[in-house]
Amino acid sequence: MHSIMRSAVNSAFKQGAINRKISTTAALNVKLMVRDALNSAIDEEMERDETVFVIGEEVAQYDGAYKVTRGLWRKYGDKRMIDTPISEMGFTGIAVGAAMAGLKPICEYMTFNFAMQSIDQIINSAGKTFYMSAGSVAVPIVFRGPNGAAAGVAAQHSQCYGAWYTHCPGLKVISPYSSEECRGLLKAAIRDPDPVVFLENEILYGIAFETSEEAMSKDFLLPIGKAKIEKSGDHITLISHSKGVGTCLDAASELAKEGISCEVINLRTLRPMDVETIFKSVMKTNHVVSVEQGWPQCGIGSEICARIMESPVFDYLDAPVIRVTGADVPMPYASSLEALALPRAQDVILAVKKVLNVQ
Amino acid sequence: MDSGPSTEVTITREDALKYYRQMVTIRRLENAASSLYKEKAIRGFCHLYAGQEAVCVGLEDAITKEDSVITAYRAHGWTYIRGVSAAGVLAELTGKQSGCAKGKGGSMHMYCKEFYGGNGIVGAQVPLGAGIALAKQYQGTKDVCLSLYGDGAANQGQVFEAFNMAKLWNLPCLFICENNGYGMGTSAARASANVDFYTRGDVVPGMWIDGMDVLAVKQGGKFLVDLCREGKGPFVVEVATYRYTGHSMSDPGTSYRTREEIQEVRQTRDPITHFRDKIIDAGLTTAEEIKKIEAEAKNEIDEAVKIAKSDSELSKEHLYADIYANPLEEEIRGLTPFTTHKHQRVATPINIKL
Repeated sequence: MHSIMRSAVNSAFKQGAINRKISTTAALNVKLMVRDALNSAIDEEMERDETVFVIGEEVAQYDGAYKVTRGLWRKYGDKRMIDTPISEMGFTGIAVGAAMAGLKPICEYMTFNFAMQSIDQIINSAGKTFYMSAGSVAVPIVFRGPNGAAAGVAAQHSQCYGAWYTHCPGLKVISPYSSEECRGLLKAAIRDPDPVVFLENEILYGIAFETSEEAMSKDFLLPIGKAKIEKSGDHITLISHSKGVGTCLDAASELAKEGISCEVINLRTLRPMDVETIFKSVMKTNHVVSVEQGWPQCGIGSEICARIMESPVFDYLDAPVIRVTGADVPMPYASSLEALALPRAQDVILAVKKVLNVQ
Repeated sequence: MDSGPSTEVTITREDALKYYRQMVTIRRLENAASSLYKEKAIRGFCHLYAGQEAVCVGLEDAITKEDSVITAYRAHGWTYIRGVSAAGVLAELTGKQSGCAKGKGGSMHMYCKEFYGGNGIVGAQVPLGAGIALAKQYQGTKDVCLSLYGDGAANQGQVFEAFNMAKLWNLPCLFICENNGYGMGTSAARASANVDFYTRGDVVPGMWIDGMDVLAVKQGGKFLVDLCREGKGPFVVEVATYRYTGHSMSDPGTSYRTREEIQEVRQTRDPITHFRDKIIDAGLTTAEEIKKIEAEAKNEIDEAVKIAKSDSELSKEHLYADIYANPLEEEIRGLTPFTTHKHQRVATPINIKL
């Protein structure tokens, strides 16, 4: 497992060379890697609140399998940076118990693939206790780690859990894209009194995003449950989360050259889903394509389709909503096959042209 | 551990009467639950604690109200002993709003201050208990957590994960196996290659306690709790006990064991009659006083049954209440998109400040 991890980290660092220019904010003066955005968010919240601590595999002395917690063990010591054995179900239960008893754990998974071992503790113990106890026992905890496909790590390490956790009332689910939202949303998640599943993306860890000065403030928070319009447009709405947002922005740039104006919505939070932003955009563009790396069946795109169909904005659609998703197969290892299993800009462009009925 | 607790116990008259009253009340509580279930006033699952009363009564007296307890689905006795009234338990069982979880939790999900349920996933409460102990240690208290499970749960992998991490971090936790002989209908010997549950913590020291003897439970429990307070935890404890009823109300409990076995335990090892005879023989009480306590326990439960039967269920808008401590959506979807409901925040959490 560890050698796989190391090579994955290296590949993420290589990806770091690709810097994406995004955001509609005026003053852009800091370049911040997603990894460092997450690190600073955790650091600041630990500084702010003594009850915040990190628990997980390799989070302390190893500096984090993906270096998200780099330096924090030296700063906060063994008490607040807890290395666990490889026991996902056990340490997740311990983290949830600690949350019930008054602490604010950040429970890190080396990847969310391993959290499948502990999904019972996340859903049954963390997600349902507040309701089962009629509001008497809250569970303030953040479950975080890389989610979805990385690069070259094959089927068991390449799965998106967005749809899985989003299914469950009692949980809040965040799937951020840029450094700014990693900071603002992780800080908000740590301060939130409910269990929050925070789905990061390994490929994005090494990407530096231009980040506003405001976002570097220790008090910078973003609202959970609000989407962001990454790019305003008129002809069609592209809705995505996490790395898929980048794919949409790439597709939008290409399509702009052909005179097609795309509005790109970055969901940021999957539960609760900001359907208001989606609906407003549908009323404006009358066309929708959803884009995600997860599988098609019962995916985020499926939910978007259902929410639109069940609402009056359905009547504003000029064409069926189309989902661009990960291929409906377990992830293959070989590079050329892997590339075909995940949505690329060209797949989004194809879908957009089909929906708009242009060549 | 160099030495164990003393096998001689001194008890005050006051404590003796308290234990007796508590055990008798819990037995009556469970008998009432059984009747209510048969009357169809209680739905779904209902796992009774009759036969195991000495375990929660003895252990409760080994800890303080600042210490924590978490258990599995056989939770009624523990809920009562931790401080919920008999009416709070029985009304929860009948799904009424005066229930300790307002009827939203039911038999397996009851809570109060420093009592974290009532958990329906067998074994999942064991690491949760270790986590509660971690919080106690982190906060710099001397408090401990009792993390209870049955002989059935003892074979869940996460139980061993919890033992290991608790030992690595010296958590102030007692892992207590209430061995009642059967995990549903599977006897301990058919489920566990090693039925000496107190030895199953590997390097975590263990202790076997006669769970039918409330004094032994108190004495052994107190001994280990004190060690935990000194930072010498965790420990694995096996408390040998017996359940008189089936696994749940739907189980007659006689296909995998004989009626004779149950009868024999009732006649020779019953935790209540055994203790009653002992304290009368020792001159701590009289048969008259015992009768009076029993009558008072009966009254307490009879009153609770009245409330559990007569109270109403929560009004329908509570279906959509207290899903999140900090709700972000005002509206929650009902069964169709045509019915949305206001997310109400009703209760104040007992474990965090909002």
